Amino acid sequence: MFRFLLGRLAVLIPTFIGVSIIAFSFIRLLPGDPVALLSGERVMSPERHAEISHQLGFDRHIVVQYLDYLWGVLRGDFGLSIVTKKPVIDQFLELFPATVELSLCAIIFAVVVGIPAGVIAAIKRGSIFDQIIMGTALVGFSMPIFWWGLLLIIVVSGMLQWTPVSGRISLMFFFPSVTGFMLIDSLLSGQEGAFQSAFNHLILPTIVLGTIPLAVIARQTRSAMLEVLSEDYVRTARAKGLSTFRVVGIHALRNAMIPVVTTIGLQIGVMLAGAILTETIFSWPGIGKWMVDSVFRRDYAVIQGGLLIIAGVIMLVNLAVDLLYGLINPRIRH
Amino acid sequence: MTEVTVTTAISTDPSRRARLAEFWYYFSENRGAVIGLVFFVFLVLLALCAPLIAPHDPTIQYRESVLLPPFWEEGGRAAFLLGTDAVGRDMLSRLIYGTRFSLFVGVIVTTLSLVGGILVGVIAGYFRGWVDTVIMRIMDIILAFPSLLLALVLVAVLGPGLTNAMIAIALVFQPHFVRLTRAAVMTEKTRDYVVAAKVAGAGHLRLMFKTILPNCMAPLIVQATLSFSSAILDAAALGFLGMGAQPPTPEWGTMLAEAREFILRAWWVVTLPGLAILATVLAINLMGDGLRDALDPKLKRS
Repeated sequence: MFRFLLGRLAVLIPTFIGVSIIAFSFIRLLPGDPVALLSGERVMSPERHAEISHQLGFDRHIVVQYLDYLWGVLRGDFGLSIVTKKPVIDQFLELFPATVELSLCAIIFAVVVGIPAGVIAAIKRGSIFDQIIMGTALVGFSMPIFWWGLLLIIVVSGMLQWTPVSGRISLMFFFPSVTGFMLIDSLLSGQEGAFQSAFNHLILPTIVLGTIPLAVIARQTRSAMLEVLSEDYVRTARAKGLSTFRVVGIHALRNAMIPVVTTIGLQIGVMLAGAILTETIFSWPGIGKWMVDSVFRRDYAVIQGGLLIIAGVIMLVNLAVDLLYGLINPRIRH
Repeated sequence: MTEVTVTTAISTDPSRRARLAEFWYYFSENRGAVIGLVFFVFLVLLALCAPLIAPHDPTIQYRESVLLPPFWEEGGRAAFLLGTDAVGRDMLSRLIYGTRFSLFVGVIVTTLSLVGGILVGVIAGYFRGWVDTVIMRIMDIILAFPSLLLALVLVAVLGPGLTNAMIAIALVFQPHFVRLTRAAVMTEKTRDYVVAAKVAGAGHLRLMFKTILPNCMAPLIVQATLSFSSAILDAAALGFLGMGAQPPTPEWGTMLAEAREFILRAWWVVTLPGLAILATVLAINLMGDGLRDALDPKLKRS
């Protein structure tokens, strides 16, 4: 296991250095003067330019600049936002819980619906259930989710008036952030109706963000189950006279889950990076919306820092998934 | 058993026509794939003949008929079958012209990432060593970013627009082709026929592209259909975020972005472009499933 971890790290570290080089060069590749871009000052005298340039360290050798940048990153210094002048990392930490909350709900939704759907499709292979489930999964897989979100808003929020259109909680409620998770904070606040409001705000974004993972998980569960169901040990289990539930639930599902777990892990990594489209549609104050807003505000410092943090988060999650995978499937370690 | 018969069928009659016939046999067994193909051909015809079919110019604004509903709803007019948008442009014509942009994006992005990915992947898989290591690390770096975010930032650097969006998406898709090609080349490289060709004196270029590559195409074709549909989705997403095709281009994603403020007043300006995207992507994915069944012997009849 230790060697396995070392092997993964040997790939991860050069990749992270590469990612940091990309983030570092990003601001220098943009059309225009990086000093003006980073300071946010449009018109400045040559003296002022030289001063800021010196402040930002742009008058040094490029390699020194990079090493300085990397050293800052390793200490958690990702620069200051041009617009708010606050540290990028602080903004990230402030918004990250919203993204985590949404991603977790979406992945739970996808797993809770997707795995049973895939299992049923596999057991009832070729039946009308199978065809309906797989047909729906293919539609979900092909869905432009930004449109799916708008459609749900039209029907569920507009026509039926069941759920709110945007945000995390009704403006009526105000309480301090303890965990950053609205569902938990609203319970802790003890205000009547607060939890209900937070929950209602989560429903549509969860469905929209969970749709594609749900389709992928259902399709993969089905094919993994089909493969496993034809194995000898499943036939043995049936021959022993075990109930279908036991055969499918205990013997087959456990082994079929191995590839599915990897998929789930990879999906979590992508989601934690911020659901750009979902968060934009529902004005969800998370990482994805933050990045899109920064692109439009031309807050290049945030884009630069955010890219690096996000890539780091994805790499760490993928590493965790790899390790977990090694635990449930010992064969992979060698 | 079936696999065995299939391979003998190929080896006894290696002519191109027999292989095509065999391919069509498996492809046409998948009903969804055939439906997808028919719809796709329909879209291609629509795109090619857009100026002949579309009843109006997609950019002309009929100021006296703004936000007209489709003809079957109250207030709709036969002149505008699917209604008009917020500045009085004909929805049907814009949707028809939109087919051109989406298919164009799919073709260009897939070609760029496929050709680039094959070139780089063959080099990595054939030469191995430090060349391989460097190439694969660079691909890992690209894959470390979420693809849509990376495409968004690249477009922000290059400047918003359809061309830059296509370049960005192609760049983001490329690593998948590189990985697939490299893996396939690595398994093929040690086969006897490659060694035989080498002994017969074939040069590197010939070995790479004439001997090995044709035998690696099956997974690449499947991946190509997948990226064709993903490219359409991502380009529409960038258009929706305001970073893809710019108004008044009748690109479906851009149309959706313009329609956002009317979602609760005029359902058709929001529903129709999205439905067009969904139907196109679905048709291509259906075809992709059929292609996989027909090309990948391991998955045949699963």
